[in-house]
Amino acid sequence: MPQEQVATQLAAVGYIPDRDLAMALWLMESLKRPLLLEGEAGVGKTEVARALAHAHDTRLIRLQCYEGLDQSAALYEWNYQRQLLAIKAREGSDASAVEEHIFSETYLLERPLLAAIRQDKPAVLLIDEVDRADEEFEAFLLELLSDFQVSIPELGTITATTIPRVILTSNGTRELSDALRRRCLYHYVDYPDVDREARIILSRLPGIDTDLALQIANMVSLIRKEDLRKSPGVAETLDWAATLAGLEIRHLRDDPETVHETLMCLIKTAEDTARMTREVSDRLLGKVA
Amino acid sequence: MSAALEMENPIGAGARTKLNGFVHVLRDNGFVVGLAETRDALTVLASPDAARPSRLRPALRALFCSRQSDWQKFDELFDAYWLQRGMKSATRISGAPQTSPPGLQTQAAGQRGFGESDQADHVERGEGSEVSETGQSKREGASRTELLSKTDFRHLTQPEDLEAAHQLAERLARSMRARLTRRMHARRSGQRLDLRRTIHKSIAHGGTPLELVRRKRKDKPLRLVVLLDASGSMNLYSAVFLRFMHGVLDSFREAEAFVFHTRLIHISPALKERNPQRAMERMSLLAQGTGGGTRIGESLATFNRWHAKRCIHSRTCVMIVSDGYDTGPAENLGVEMQALRRRCRRIAWLNPMIGWQGYAPEAAGMKAALPHIDLFAPAHNLDSLEALEPYLARI
Repeated sequence: MPQEQVATQLAAVGYIPDRDLAMALWLMESLKRPLLLEGEAGVGKTEVARALAHAHDTRLIRLQCYEGLDQSAALYEWNYQRQLLAIKAREGSDASAVEEHIFSETYLLERPLLAAIRQDKPAVLLIDEVDRADEEFEAFLLELLSDFQVSIPELGTITATTIPRVILTSNGTRELSDALRRRCLYHYVDYPDVDREARIILSRLPGIDTDLALQIANMVSLIRKEDLRKSPGVAETLDWAATLAGLEIRHLRDDPETVHETLMCLIKTAEDTARMTREVSDRLLGKVA
Repeated sequence: MSAALEMENPIGAGARTKLNGFVHVLRDNGFVVGLAETRDALTVLASPDAARPSRLRPALRALFCSRQSDWQKFDELFDAYWLQRGMKSATRISGAPQTSPPGLQTQAAGQRGFGESDQADHVERGEGSEVSETGQSKREGASRTELLSKTDFRHLTQPEDLEAAHQLAERLARSMRARLTRRMHARRSGQRLDLRRTIHKSIAHGGTPLELVRRKRKDKPLRLVVLLDASGSMNLYSAVFLRFMHGVLDSFREAEAFVFHTRLIHISPALKERNPQRAMERMSLLAQGTGGGTRIGESLATFNRWHAKRCIHSRTCVMIVSDGYDTGPAENLGVEMQALRRRCRRIAWLNPMIGWQGYAPEAAGMKAALPHIDLFAPAHNLDSLEALEPYLARI
């Protein structure tokens, strides 16, 4: 039962995937294709990669994308300072020998992409928020992700020692190219449903009361249905759950005041704070079973 | 679930044909599915672990979807194809539209009335092309173009004139797009010293920085966001505008398009369809349910809330094409316009009625919006569309 196996593996390290995600991860594994995760900020896209690395007991190599990200920051770079020192130290010796020396592995600085393909054990490569990078970089990624080899002019071609498991995430700041999308498997990550979110809370905060976890998950899902500017993500839910557990609250309805005061763990903008009045939080609380 | 699925041999010819059929349905619905995906799907089908019906859906979804809109459509198409459920809607999506909204009816009629050869003829005439056999027809072509570009769209009654105007609008949009993109390259400036690369180069000279490497800061390209009123009162204009927008958007990634009437609909994906006719078909499906009042304020609120963050960056021009007749409260429109104003570089409001004699912006909605507009311009004929270019180039 391949997906169940994936699901169990991830659950063991504290990530509760839904069935479809487990299937996508299994396909990623068996077809050796990158997986593109899209979804709102805070739904736990990055967490998938972290859990995957943890489950396979391997390195998580993360490349955070941003506008203007280029090859030298993503792939490799020469260590210029050391090269200059080496040149000074060998002044007077044969020029070509110096050159050969300074363009060797010793002076090569690995950046995430190069590091990812040179691991002894297949790493998990997380290319985070790929939509923030420029289109040129996206095109460059395509080449790397299909061949898993890199050519460095001074050194030659470096072929992957191991093929990493690649996870890309996107928040939809920019439309990604069809070429990149086609190269990847796709999964749209949504906010977890009440049951799954309760299980996430339980797995992260083992001491917490099961009933309370369910109430919290319920309340958060109701808040997400409100017309807010920034819906609370899973991390915010966990913060809130930890706060409530720390305050030794057993039932949300017993203490609506505290519930309202601690909602700031979930609400992140002034506009939303204004909208989430005591009346609103009481009304929502009334719906929590 | 489906017994039929289980009976079939997963790698048999039957399953293969069935899968191919599914791929076709997906492609008809705008999915980008290539040979590699189909091959992988066959591999998945052949593996005993995934060929069970309950696993087929998530597996094919991960393989065949490549964007959120695909993800949302997938279940319905899957059910329709594999479980013969909800077939009606699936055939409607892939087939020809049954009804067109008022704004698009004229467009569809214009296209249906004309065969391929007719259209080709109009292209030649529109360009004043050398291919025309006689000098007379050449002259006629030129004068027709001139006439067309000055005629208010609402006076274009003949289907062939309308079609010619559509084609001109599209061509105008394409050439504008090309020029705007070029200017964008030419304007890239701002020189800074790139220390990292300079040191890299100096290695070759034993550490003396002989070659200075400069870095140019890249300008963000101009982005256009078009919000088009597709309500009844605009229907003669919105059809031509859709064609114009298709010209601007097709293969130009820095643009987004929406139509609104009683609600807001994102139509960029449909506009990215290369073939104009297919694009129009897809859009008319999307825009179904037009008619009734125009809720400009509400539609703008939807835009501000759900799309603005993604669509708007520092070099964005938002173009609203509407006559400003809002059936909602005018204050709402004012508030939303103000919110939009804070986000983007420029707001251009194109109102076809400006081109009419004796027009004054008296509608309450239009009055409320005016203080937040950078450019209030007519858009009733092709000339007025062309006049937009210098404005856009300055942003």
